Amino acid sequence: MEKFTTHTGVGVPLRRSNVDTDQIIPAVYLKRVTKTGFDDALFAAWRGDSEFILNQEAYKNGSVLVAGPDFGTGSSREHAVWALKDYGFKVVIASRFADIFRGNSGKQGLLAAVVSQENIELLWKLLDAEPGKEITVSLEHRTVTCGELTVPFEIDDYVRWRLMEGLDDIGLTLQHEEDITAFEATRAPWRPTTLPAKHLPSVEIEAARPVEA
Amino acid sequence: MGTTLAEKLWESHLVRKGEDGAPDLIYIDLHMCHEVTSPQAFEGLRLAGRQVRRPDLTIATEDHNTPTLDIDLPIADETSRIQINTLRSNAAEFGVRIHSLGDADQGVVHVVGPQLGLTMPGMTVVCGDSHTSTHGAFGSLAFGIGTSEVEHVLATQTLPLKPFKTMAINVDGELPEGSTAKDIILAIIAKIGTGGGQGYVLEYRGDAIRALSMEARMTVCNMSIEAGARAGIIAPDQTTFDYVEGRPHAPEGEDWDAAVEYWKTLVTDEDAVFDTEVNLNAADLEPFVTWGTNPGQGLPLSADVPNPDDIADEVDREAAANALEYMGLTPGTPLREIAIDTVFLGSCTNGRIEDLRAAAEVIQGRTKAEGVRMLVVPGSARVRLQAEAEGIDQIFKDFGAEWRNAGCSMCLGMNPDQLRPQERSASTSNRNFEGRQGKGGRTHLVSPLVAAATAVRGTLSSPADLVDAPAALV
Repeated sequence: MEKFTTHTGVGVPLRRSNVDTDQIIPAVYLKRVTKTGFDDALFAAWRGDSEFILNQEAYKNGSVLVAGPDFGTGSSREHAVWALKDYGFKVVIASRFADIFRGNSGKQGLLAAVVSQENIELLWKLLDAEPGKEITVSLEHRTVTCGELTVPFEIDDYVRWRLMEGLDDIGLTLQHEEDITAFEATRAPWRPTTLPAKHLPSVEIEAARPVEA
Repeated sequence: MGTTLAEKLWESHLVRKGEDGAPDLIYIDLHMCHEVTSPQAFEGLRLAGRQVRRPDLTIATEDHNTPTLDIDLPIADETSRIQINTLRSNAAEFGVRIHSLGDADQGVVHVVGPQLGLTMPGMTVVCGDSHTSTHGAFGSLAFGIGTSEVEHVLATQTLPLKPFKTMAINVDGELPEGSTAKDIILAIIAKIGTGGGQGYVLEYRGDAIRALSMEARMTVCNMSIEAGARAGIIAPDQTTFDYVEGRPHAPEGEDWDAAVEYWKTLVTDEDAVFDTEVNLNAADLEPFVTWGTNPGQGLPLSADVPNPDDIADEVDREAAANALEYMGLTPGTPLREIAIDTVFLGSCTNGRIEDLRAAAEVIQGRTKAEGVRMLVVPGSARVRLQAEAEGIDQIFKDFGAEWRNAGCSMCLGMNPDQLRPQERSASTSNRNFEGRQGKGGRTHLVSPLVAAATAVRGTLSSPADLVDAPAALV
C-alpha cells in the first residue's frame, strides 16, 4: 500500500446524507473478479443526470469528496472503495461514516476523514463559491485546508499510523502466528467444523421455469 | 461490575490484546463466502503465495447473482457466470467446501449456515456481507466484513478489531396479532436512525424478544446493520438450543451437554452496564412500512406520507424531500392507498420457512390483485423443499405467484429479478435504497404478512385490512 502523508486536490461538495454503498456502486456492477475497472460504476445512477456534480467540468478531476453525514451505509461491498479510488478520489470527508465502509477505506489507502457537520457546511460554501477549488488534507497534522479555512479532522490513531506507513494488515497479523496457533489449541472440541461436510440427504432440485405471460 | 454478552464473546475469542492503540486480534470460528465479495480475496492469497489457514472453518455458497429460473441451464449473464465459475475454481484450489446452484444445500449464505447447524451460540461468525448480523440471533458475535478482511480471515482465521460499544435494546410487552419481528426492527431503525447504531453491538432483550422464534430473531438481528450497527445479538435460551439440536453439524452426546452448559453462561450479567440503552414497547407496534429511500424512513401502516416541511432537522428534511421525489409520493397520502406493482417475498431477512408459511396463510383461498406480480424466492433450496413438502408452493402457485429457486434475487437485483424504472414494490427484504432492486425501482420494506395482504389488495395493506380478515385481526 502506498504511504499517505498529505494530499491536495479538487474538492467535490456532495450535498447528500446517507449516501449508501448501493449509490456509490450499484450491485449490477459488482460482477468483476478484479479490484480495478470500477471507475465508470461510481455513482452510476446519478452520473446519468447532467446536473450531477461529477458531470460538471470544474469537478471532473475531483479527488477530495466532501459528503453529508452517514456516508457509506448499507452493504459491506469493498467495491465502493475501489470505485472511489479508481475514479481518482484519495480522501472522503464526512461528519459520520458507516463502520464497515470506514474499515474498508483504511485497508485500501482511501482516507476517511471525520469533520464536524458545522465545518462541512463551511467547506461546502467555499467549494460552491469557487467550483474547482483545491483542498489540502494533511494526515500528519490531521487538518483539512481550503483557502483561508483550516479545520481539524478525526481518525483512529492506529489507522493513521498504518496509512502513513503504508502497512499491510495480513503481514502485521502473521507476526503473531504463534499466538494464533496457541489459541487454536484451546478451542472446545464441540466447536463446529465445515469439514468433513455433514448434511441432510441430497435431493434433486427442480428448476423453476418462467411463467407463461 | 459484570460484563455484557458482547464483551464475553469478545474476551473468549481474544488471541492477543492490542498494545499502544493497536487493535485486538480476534479469532473467527466460522467464515462464510459467496461469489461477489470473495474473488479478489482469493486472488490476493494467490499473489502472496498464501493458503487458506482453516478450510475446515470456511464454507462457500452461491447466492447473490444466481438466477432463480432455469438453474439447470448455463447462467445467461456472462459476468455472473464468470463470477460463479471463479468461486467454484477458488473453492477447488483452496479446498473450501462449496454448495453450488442445484445442490440441496445451496441458498442465501445466512439461511444456509443456521440450517446446517454451523451457526450456534458463542461463536464469532463473519462473511463478506453486511447481513452476517443475522447469526447474532444465536448469541454469536456475527458481522459483515469487506473483501480485504475476507482475505485476512482466509489467511489468518483472525481479524484485527477495536472493541465495539454496547447498546441494549429492550423490547418489552406483547406483540399485537398481525405485528411481527420485521415490524419490531423497522420500528427500532426508525427510532434510532440509520446511523444510531454506529460503532455498537446491539443486544436485543426483553419479553417480546424472548417470545420470538429463532426465525423471527434472525429477522431482527439481520437488520441491525440498517441501524448502522456492526452486529446484533440475542442471548441464547431453550428456543435456541431446540433449534440447533439435531441439525447436521450440531454437537452430539457428551459434546452436546458440554456445549449447552457453556451456552447457558452466555448472558449479560445483571450488574453489567451498557454504553447506551433504548426502550420500546412491543404492545404499541403496528405493522410498519417504509416510505423513503433509507430503512430509517418508516412509519406505521396507518400513517400518511410525511411532509418534509414538518421535519425540523435540515439534513433530514432534505433527505426526506429527495426520497419523496425519487419514490414519486405526495405528502399526506395515506400509506394504505399506495398502489404496488410487485410483491417480493424472500431474502435473508424474510426468506425462511416460517415467513413463507405466514404469507401463505394470508393468501390461501384469496385472489391476487389484478396487475400485481408476486415473486416468492425461498431463502435456500432446503426451504423450498420443505415448503413443497408442506404444499405451500401450491398455495402460492394457485394464487398466481411465481415460485422460484433459492437466492438473493430481487433483494439486490444482481440477477435478472429486478424492478423496472418507477416500478413499485412491497418487499420483505432489508434495503429500500435508490435503485437497489433495479434502476429507478421504488421499494417499500414490509413484513411477510403485509407483503401477502398487499398482494391481495394491490395497495400497501395488512391482513387486518382484508374483507374477511380473521376476527382477531380486525
